Amino acid sequence: MSTPRPQRGLNTRDRVRFIGKPLVFALSLTPFAWLVAATFGVGGLSLGVNPVETLLEDFGTLGLRFTMFALAVTPLRRLTGLNWIAQFRRMIGLFAAFYVTLHFTVYLVLDQGLALAPVIEDIVKRPFITLGMIALVLLLAMTATSTLAARRRLGQRWQKLHNSVYLVGILGVWHFWWQVKSDITEPAIYAAVLAGLLGIRVYWRWQRQRRAKPSAAAASPQSAA
Amino acid sequence: MLIKRPDPIRPSEITSESNYLNRRQLMAGLAAGIALPACSPQAAELPAEGALADIAKSRYSTDETPNSYEDVTTYNNFYELGTGKSDPARNAQYLKPRPWSIEVSGAAENTGTFDIEDFIKPHQLEERIYRLRCVEAWSMVVPWVGIPLGDILKRFKPTSDAKYVAFKTLVDPEQLPGQRYRTLAWPYREGLTIAEAMHPLTIMAVGVYGRVLPNQNGAPMRLVVPWKYGFKSIKSIVSISFERREPATSWNMSQPREYGFYANVNPEVDHPRWSQATERRIGGGLFAPRIDTLPFNGYGEEVASLYDGLDLRRYF
Repeated sequence: MSTPRPQRGLNTRDRVRFIGKPLVFALSLTPFAWLVAATFGVGGLSLGVNPVETLLEDFGTLGLRFTMFALAVTPLRRLTGLNWIAQFRRMIGLFAAFYVTLHFTVYLVLDQGLALAPVIEDIVKRPFITLGMIALVLLLAMTATSTLAARRRLGQRWQKLHNSVYLVGILGVWHFWWQVKSDITEPAIYAAVLAGLLGIRVYWRWQRQRRAKPSAAAASPQSAA
Repeated sequence: MLIKRPDPIRPSEITSESNYLNRRQLMAGLAAGIALPACSPQAAELPAEGALADIAKSRYSTDETPNSYEDVTTYNNFYELGTGKSDPARNAQYLKPRPWSIEVSGAAENTGTFDIEDFIKPHQLEERIYRLRCVEAWSMVVPWVGIPLGDILKRFKPTSDAKYVAFKTLVDPEQLPGQRYRTLAWPYREGLTIAEAMHPLTIMAVGVYGRVLPNQNGAPMRLVVPWKYGFKSIKSIVSISFERREPATSWNMSQPREYGFYANVNPEVDHPRWSQATERRIGGGLFAPRIDTLPFNGYGEEVASLYDGLDLRRYF
C-alpha cells in the first residue's frame, strides 16, 4: 500500500490517468510502430526474406503476450498490493485484441489474398486455426463490450463473457503449440507462464473456499478477477 | 506464370554427356577396376570456399528467375544450426566443412571412406536451377551447382540388393549446436529408392550461385531432389549406404502421420495441419499472391513414371 503522502500536484488516480496510461499506451504501440517501420524499410529495418510470415508470426506472438500481460494484472495487483495496476487491465486487453486482429488480418489479406474458400477450409478443417478463430471471436466480443456503458448494460453477463479471457489464453497457447513442427520450446514457455497465471487463481480460490467452509455450507464463489 | 518444362528425356540422355565424352576413360577405369580415378579430364576442383570453376549448364534448369543469394542463404531450415529461419546463417561458423569424409557402405562393390575432394573430383560440375518447395508451403528457385547423384553412385557399383539409398548428416554438437536438443532424432536421416537416387534430376549439390555451398545450406555436400519437399534434401552428408529395405527417415520418425518416406510434392495431399494446394514464392514481397503448387513440384513429366501404380495418398 502506498503510504499516504501530502498531495503534491497529482494524486494516484491522476497519475495513472495522465502519466501511466499514456505511457502504457505508447509502450504497447511500440512493437506495432516497429513493424510498420520495418514494412516500409524505415531506418534500415526490414521484415526479412519472408515478410508475410514475419508479420503473421510477430503479430501472433504479440497477441499472445498481451493476453498474458492482461492475465498477469490481477495476480500482480494482489501480490504487490498496488491496486492502481488494475486500471491498466482494459487497455492491455484491448491491445491483445488489437494484435490478434492484426494477426488474422495478415493471414486473411496478405497470406491468403482474401481467397475465402481456402480460408473457410482452414477454419473448418484445421484444428489449430479453428482454435485461433474462436479466440479471435471471444476477443472481439470482449472488445465490443469493453466500455463502462456496456458493462452496466450487461450486468452479470458481462463478467461471464469477460471470464472467457482465461479460455483465450488457453486457446492461444494451444493454437501456437499445434502449428509448431517439432521445436516446442517457445510454446512450452507460454504454457508454463499461463499455467502459473491460472494456477495462482485456482490456488486463491481454493484457499478462499477453505476459509469459508467452517462458517457457510455454500461458499458463494466470487466473480473471478 | 509460364513454367517451361524441358522436353521428355530421350534414352540416349541417360548417359550423361560427360560420361559419353569420357567413355574411353570410363572403359579403361572399369577394366582396371578403379572406382575413383586419380586423374580425369573432368577433375572437378572443390575448394573450401569461393567461386567454383568449369560449371556446365543443364537442360534441366528452369528459366524462372532465381531467388537472390540473400534469400537462398539467410532463410533456411537446418535444425542442426537452429530452428528459426535465420538461425542457420547466424550459427554457420560452427560448422567446419573441411576436412570432410564420406563413408559409403552397404550393398555395393566399392565401399569405403572418401575425402570430399576425391568424392567430387571425377565429375563435371553442372548448374541446376531448380524450384525448391518446402513442406511449410513456401518455395524458392535456387541455382544449385552439383553432380547427378546417379553418376556418383554408379562409381560404387551398387549390387542388385541395393533397393534404397540412405543418407546421414554429420553428428557433432560442437559443429551443429542444434543437436544438443532432441528436436529430431539425430543424426538427420533421409533416403530414396534406388530409382529416385539414379534419376537424372537428383543431384548432390556442392555449390549455389557458382560458389561453394555456404554452411547454412548444407556444406560441403547436400542432396537436392527437386520434386520432393525440401526436408528430403538432406544437408552436410557424411554417410551414404545402399540398403535392401526402406531406411528410417528423421521427419517420418518424428511425425509418421505428417511426413512420409516419399514426400513427393503433391497439392492433392494436404499436410494434416495445413494445405499443400498453394505456396508462397519467396521474394515476391508483401502483396504477392500465393501460387498454385504443381504435382511433383512441376517435374511430373520427368518423374511421375517412377510412381506408376503407387497410391500417392497412402505413400505420401
